[in-house]
Amino acid sequence: MIRGTWLVVGALLCAGFVRIACGEAEPQADATLSATAVRALAASCAGCHGTDGHVVKGSKVPGIAGLSQDYFAMQMSAYRAGKIPSTVMQQIAKGYDERETVALGAYFAAQR
Amino acid sequence: MQRRELLRSLLAGGSLAAIGACTSLPSSPKAGRVIVVGGGYGGATAAKYLRLFSDRTLDVVLIEPQASFISSPLSNRVIGGQLQLSELTVSYDGLRHEHGVHVLRDRVTGIAVDRQVISLASGKVLRYDKLVLAPGIEPMLDTIPGLAEGHATGRILQAWSAGAETVALRRQLEAMPDGGVVVITIPEAPYRCPPAPYERASLVAAYCKQFKPRSKVLVLDANQDVIAMGTLFKKAWSELYPGLLEYRNHYVLTGVDATSLTAHFDVADDVRADVLNVMAPVRAGRLAVESGLATINQRWCEVDFLTFESTLGANVHIVGDSIHSAPMMPKSGFMANAHAKVAAAAIAAQLSGQSVNAAPKLANTCYSFVSQSEAIHSAAVYGYVAEAKTFKPIQGAGGVSPARSTLEAQYADAWAHNIWADMLA
Repeated sequence: MIRGTWLVVGALLCAGFVRIACGEAEPQADATLSATAVRALAASCAGCHGTDGHVVKGSKVPGIAGLSQDYFAMQMSAYRAGKIPSTVMQQIAKGYDERETVALGAYFAAQR
Repeated sequence: MQRRELLRSLLAGGSLAAIGACTSLPSSPKAGRVIVVGGGYGGATAAKYLRLFSDRTLDVVLIEPQASFISSPLSNRVIGGQLQLSELTVSYDGLRHEHGVHVLRDRVTGIAVDRQVISLASGKVLRYDKLVLAPGIEPMLDTIPGLAEGHATGRILQAWSAGAETVALRRQLEAMPDGGVVVITIPEAPYRCPPAPYERASLVAAYCKQFKPRSKVLVLDANQDVIAMGTLFKKAWSELYPGLLEYRNHYVLTGVDATSLTAHFDVADDVRADVLNVMAPVRAGRLAVESGLATINQRWCEVDFLTFESTLGANVHIVGDSIHSAPMMPKSGFMANAHAKVAAAAIAAQLSGQSVNAAPKLANTCYSFVSQSEAIHSAAVYGYVAEAKTFKPIQGAGGVSPARSTLEAQYADAWAHNIWADMLA
């Protein structure tokens, strides 16, 4: 059964083999992202960088709240291009396109 | 078919007429009331983000029987002796005081989806506009002959979820003499947190290497191979624990004997242990199973991935380990946190008459310790693919660590504290 197959294949591939996975192209979105869409997108950063980019005191993972929009977008672009050495951020940055990182940059710049 | 009757039949006793009369909760919230069941990574995140994404207009109730949140991620470090359980324990007070979530220490006894009410062990009956279930997992102890009895006596522990059993397993390791054999059995995938058993084996080996070097750690895996970060784990094992940690694949557990601490397998010889940690097969948490929502292989709940709404129950959303995962999506605390945010955004939109985000994204990073000071990771970013009605990994993104490092161990620790704050502070 197809579902059962996915169950097994999914679990086998879930870690470490993502690169050979059959991911589709990124879903097409509107030319501009709505405020709620950007907020939801920013929430996907919060798992490591804290709610709205605020990390706990002494965190080795840097906070991203209050970074300038340009700096944020530039860093993400550099991670995507593999120009900044990293453990995980190069891999994560490649999941977000230019338009999304510009919108995220504006969102985090507005967080105080 | 009889799904609704099934759900309704679980609504024990309590008069539905008593709704609102037996509780101090606001009786008629303007924007709507969402009840979240389960205060783990998925449920706690859902509760907080429902308040954030509704600009505090939704009335949010969190129902959780435990007094505090205890993290399963990092709990292998308690088993390995580097952390205390108290360091993984976080109060629900942040949700109460910072976010205005009504946190009830209670247990759900019934759900009536057609009337949109739940009943609680305390006798309360609550009405909801939306219900979010985050019941986690339940070990299927009955699938292994002898396991339920061995588990009941405390001789054979599983410690899938952090708590008293985590500490008990640590005590067993401490009591084991040098030269003892620790056996960890791993079920066929899917199960909660793919790298968890391999991380546990690594940290038990690290403990033995330091304090009981004549001991042996046997990792007996029902799968064909290490299912997560296999190259990295195997490299760490061969370099750090040669002769101490031994990995064997195709070991399908068929029974245990708690008296002699012996494990039986389908084809391999019996194995005797001094500490026998059986990581049994798991399925969706009891509430999901008993309410008839876990229909995929009788183990997992099917959801609409755009909203995480159950395909069986209207206005019932399910997040976290209990769902039938999207392709190549692990069951992890991080994913539960991500599911919950998509569900919260969708619910806030639905209850305010707005359209649901058509292109949500999820990110995941699973850190695993391979020694007391070094960790590795596996990461992915997922996009919703409308044609397939599911999330798929975004091509080119994601991957694993190039090598284990102390830096990643520091990141793992920071990740935990930041995500706990993201859920609970």
